[in-house]
Amino acid sequence: MSTLIEAKDLNLFYTDFHALKNVNLTIPEKAVTAFIGPSGCGKSTLLRTLNRMNDMIAGTRIEGKLTISGTDIYSQEVDVETLRKKVGMVFQQPNPFPKSIYDNIAYGPRLHGIKSKQKLDEIVETSLKSAALWNEVKDHLKRSALSISGGQQQRLCIARALAVNPDILLMDEATSALDPISTLKIEELVQDLRDKYTIVMVTHNMHQAARVSNQTVFFLNGEVVEYDDTEKLFSNPEDQRTEDYISGRFG
Amino acid sequence: MPNKQETTIDKTNASSNPFKNSRVSILNKIMPILLFLCAIVSVFTTIGIVITLLSETVNFFREIPIFDFLFGTKWSALIEPKQFGILPLLAGTLMITSIAIIVALPIGLASAIYLSEYAPDKVRRIVKPILEVLAGVPTIVYGYFAISIITPIIQFIFPSAGVYNALSAGIAVGIMIIPMICSLSEDAMSAVPRSLRDGAYALGATRFEVALKIVVPAAFSGIVSSAVLAFSRALGETMIVSLAAGSTPTLTFNPLDSIQTMTAYIVQVSLGDIAHGSIEYGSIFAVGMTLFVFTFLLNILAQYISRRFREEY
Ligand SMILES: Nc1ncnc2c1ncn2[C@@H]1O[C@H](COP(=O)(O)OP(=O)(O)O)[C@@H](O)[C@H]1O
Ligand SMILES: [Mg+2]
Repeated sequence: MSTLIEAKDLNLFYTDFHALKNVNLTIPEKAVTAFIGPSGCGKSTLLRTLNRMNDMIAGTRIEGKLTISGTDIYSQEVDVETLRKKVGMVFQQPNPFPKSIYDNIAYGPRLHGIKSKQKLDEIVETSLKSAALWNEVKDHLKRSALSISGGQQQRLCIARALAVNPDILLMDEATSALDPISTLKIEELVQDLRDKYTIVMVTHNMHQAARVSNQTVFFLNGEVVEYDDTEKLFSNPEDQRTEDYISGRFG
Repeated sequence: MPNKQETTIDKTNASSNPFKNSRVSILNKIMPILLFLCAIVSVFTTIGIVITLLSETVNFFREIPIFDFLFGTKWSALIEPKQFGILPLLAGTLMITSIAIIVALPIGLASAIYLSEYAPDKVRRIVKPILEVLAGVPTIVYGYFAISIITPIIQFIFPSAGVYNALSAGIAVGIMIIPMICSLSEDAMSAVPRSLRDGAYALGATRFEVALKIVVPAAFSGIVSSAVLAFSRALGETMIVSLAAGSTPTLTFNPLDSIQTMTAYIVQVSLGDIAHGSIEYGSIFAVGMTLFVFTFLLNILAQYISRRFREEY
């Protein structure tokens, strides 16, 4: 698997708080990478540097290098909106727009200039199919996105992210607000999507990381302690702290 | 006899109840009654106002046919021959209100969007209280502002404009309601959850696109109510109009003419010495009633609009 994302000596400060310390990491293309670690250790922070959502937090400062396909995404030439089109994101709480199911999916494509009704219909259908939601909602696309269940809303948010045709999909504890059955559906979905997309997911649930990811990154206090093939990391970690964490001794 | 028994049982129960708190339970009984009485007072006051308005209006229409009132194109209440066609006053009111809204809605909304989506926290914290103070400036100040600053500018640009003209008053009323539209719309926009904005940003939306396509639609019902409140303020505004627009009821659509609004007419007549029960006296109630009905219809329309386009979140 070839490397798509690479962090070199990446440091991030929230004003004075040193939230990411000297992160060095590579993330492979078309695979699932999971970030694990106790809460507050910087998983979401690193995830949000990948689509520059941290830019909006006043006082954030970044040092070091973060490249996607070899391009430093914090360089002057990079247009944030274009970057975010390529790097989609799904949040912890499902956050559908208070619009119809159709308009939720069509929102992104319309933003990026697609106007033809026929093209939009097509995108809505394929995105919903990719997110395994089409069969459940195809008969009421005009209904409010808030009328469907939480699990369906989260899959809608995934479909919404897929609709702008990203290369990378970031998921920040995307199942932590959902019931076990919805969680399972999303885990299955992630398995299906990894042939086409590079997926980076934050999870507080080690078992989830073990179930769905190819590579796992273990964080502690803003540092990347260790990253490796998921199987290797869970069966034979190199660092004692990783071993302690996955065997449930803390966190 | 059985009655008495019941009370004793009640009493023993009460005294053995470890959760009893007599102070709170008395308060709990009295409070709803007190609150109810307060509510009743405002309801009765409203009913009283409507009844007074109605009875005087009915008296007025005994002498002036309602058709002449509604469709007459000449209003001359104080000068013979007396004529009571409401259209000039209605046109004057509508002109002032429209000018005010045309001035205030874009500026108010734009500044609300700036404050809620662009401004740094610090700016917002300073500007918001200032807006609220501005909303409390006595309207006569705006009236003088209109006469001493806006009117000369208008006369400079359009030499044909009179000393008293609707445009000047309309602009001043508009300036007066900007803080209200801005402040209330900003409240509505700030209440839109962060998560919705994040969702749009994550799709590659710019700040402006997020403001226009996510925040404004989600805050739409709040924005409509702010506009309606401002509209009602403009409709009811008296001081600025009396000062800057003159007191010439004319059926005109030229904003450079002097006009009179419904409220300005009511004040003009109330300040003069007219006899109680005279036809001029009745006319102010008829005009007041018209204003009342107008505002009422406006509110219904606004409720319909905001319900029709509401986005719940
Ligand atoms: N906007 C912010 N401003 C200041 N500190 C923050 C901000 N967001 C997160 N942090 C801090 O950065 C650290 C890492 O947070 P986060 O990345 O959210 O952790 P995780 O996702 O691993 O639970 C935490 O200590 C948190 O308090
Ligand atoms: Mg987190």
